[in-house]
Amino acid sequence: MQHFPCPFCGLRNETEFHFAVEAGHSRPEPAERVSDAEWAAYLYANKSPKGESREVWLHLSCGEYFILSRDTVTRAVLGSVTLPGVTR
Amino acid sequence: MKRYSALSLFREGLRAHRGWQPAWTKARPKPAYDAVVVGGGGHGLATAYYLARIHGINRVAVLEKGWIGGGNTGRNTTVCRSNYFYPESVALYDLALRLYEGLSRELNYNIMLSQRGMLIAAHTPAQMEICNRIANAMQLNNVDGKLMGPEEAAARVPLINTGPDARYKLMGGIWQGRAGTARHDAVAWAYARAASALGVDIIEGCEVAGIDVQNGAVAGVETTFGPIRTERLGLAAAGATPGLTAHVGVDLPIHDYALQAFVSEPVKPCLDTVLLYLGTGTYVSQSDKGELVFGGGLDRVPTHGQRGNLPVQEAVTAGLLEMFPAFGQLRLLRQWAGVVDVVPDSSPLIGPVGPSGLHINCGWGTGGFKAIPAGGWLLSHLMAKGEHHEISRPFDLDRFARGRLIDEAAGSGIAH
Ligand SMILES: Cc1cc2nc3c(=O)[nH]c(=O)nc-3n(C[C@H](O)[C@H](O)[C@H](O)COP(=O)(O)OP(=O)(O)OC[C@H]3O[C@@H](n4cnc5c(N)ncnc54)[C@H](O)[C@@H]3O)c2cc1C
Ligand SMILES: [Zn+2]
Repeated sequence: MQHFPCPFCGLRNETEFHFAVEAGHSRPEPAERVSDAEWAAYLYANKSPKGESREVWLHLSCGEYFILSRDTVTRAVLGSVTLPGVTR
Repeated sequence: MKRYSALSLFREGLRAHRGWQPAWTKARPKPAYDAVVVGGGGHGLATAYYLARIHGINRVAVLEKGWIGGGNTGRNTTVCRSNYFYPESVALYDLALRLYEGLSRELNYNIMLSQRGMLIAAHTPAQMEICNRIANAMQLNNVDGKLMGPEEAAARVPLINTGPDARYKLMGGIWQGRAGTARHDAVAWAYARAASALGVDIIEGCEVAGIDVQNGAVAGVETTFGPIRTERLGLAAAGATPGLTAHVGVDLPIHDYALQAFVSEPVKPCLDTVLLYLGTGTYVSQSDKGELVFGGGLDRVPTHGQRGNLPVQEAVTAGLLEMFPAFGQLRLLRQWAGVVDVVPDSSPLIGPVGPSGLHINCGWGTGGFKAIPAGGWLLSHLMAKGEHHEISRPFDLDRFARGRLIDEAAGSGIAH
């Protein structure tokens, strides 16, 4: 079993967490000027990086989203922070 | 290429097997090819074979960074079936199954296709309704599939847990009689042997590290053996495909996850069908050697490491024991994982991307072994003709911008 650090609750069992999305997707604006292709890229396109990765995860137990940095090859956790603008 | 036959086996038996030849030639790369396929899994090898056999393009190289079949093709649990929901999917997977049905003969190589049938088992009236819907969809798509009742289903899987404490009662489910298993290595080796005999260069230990683009068109690839020129490039690198398209600035709707498989010690024949239990999510078949081959859902942590995590091992194994308490006496022989390329709608990505001359065939996720002949057929068509085959058209990457997803996870509710 691996342990992931929730910025709010500390180290918890990996089964308490859910991967949401790669970090860094920002919603294209304004909506009326966004093409189908841009919108699809926002929704679906990934880097699926091999190695270091910044991801948004959900801690199911406390319901908070946060950013988890990991190595996708070794699965080592590199750190976790709250989402921008969120304070603990 | 020497043909394999019962007679050749007998003859070699008499002379200590000294007359066998290598099944394919270990090639060194030439400076240029008419077509280059990246990835020596089943899909890449089948692509090369059909390029040579159907399209008459014989100056072809398959570039494989490791050894052929060492990716997911050699790591999967070999379930073959076409019990999907949408007509687009059935057309695709049934093309594959029909090609599989003639493959041993066509390639003169026993791929050990065993159409032992597959039962997707349901446990609640609601699940039975969904099964009925899928069975109807299969029949509308002209594929053999039917709803199976509880008695017939129980007779198919005699050791199933019918005890008073069974968490999931077997109510019946969907049956596809043409489904089954095949020998994964044999599929890779058979295509490699047949392609090699048609002049295809199979180059192992050759990693592609870059794509050369000139004037908006593919001009070649950078490899560990130096540059190789080609104007037709096909990517069939499964979970490594996003890293390759990144060279030409294309991001794919793919997440890479580990998918695990497990094999028990061998026992006498006790299960002569493929069984997927909706309740536990565990599926199992028995290999010709007698081992129980089983698996379940994805690891929930995105990864490129070919290793599985413990929570899923526990869930899958617990699922098997819930289904077959008697298997609790068995020991696990092996456990491993492959990196599978999962697309949000659980359907593959087949078609052109980025510069002209570049085509991909990936996103097969947890279920692309059964699709190998079709994947190769369709990618070779794209590479040779520069346009879609009607069966691959719906699977183009453009379906995401067009909102035409083919959501098999929602449609048929099943992985693998
Ligand atoms: C545990 C497990 C169980 C499964 N069970 C089933 C099942 O029961 N039924 C089913 O239908 N499917 C199943 N699958 C899925 C199936 O295995 C895959 O979808 C299928 O094998 C994909 O074939 P492929 O040829 O696309 O990929 P692969 O066989 O993975 O081949 C891709 C190849 O590309 C090579 N490569 C990668 N990057 C590069 C590079 N830069 N340069 C050169 N070469 C490169 C890799 O080394 C690899 O050999 C399972 C998968 C796993 C992991
Ligand atoms: Zn928390």
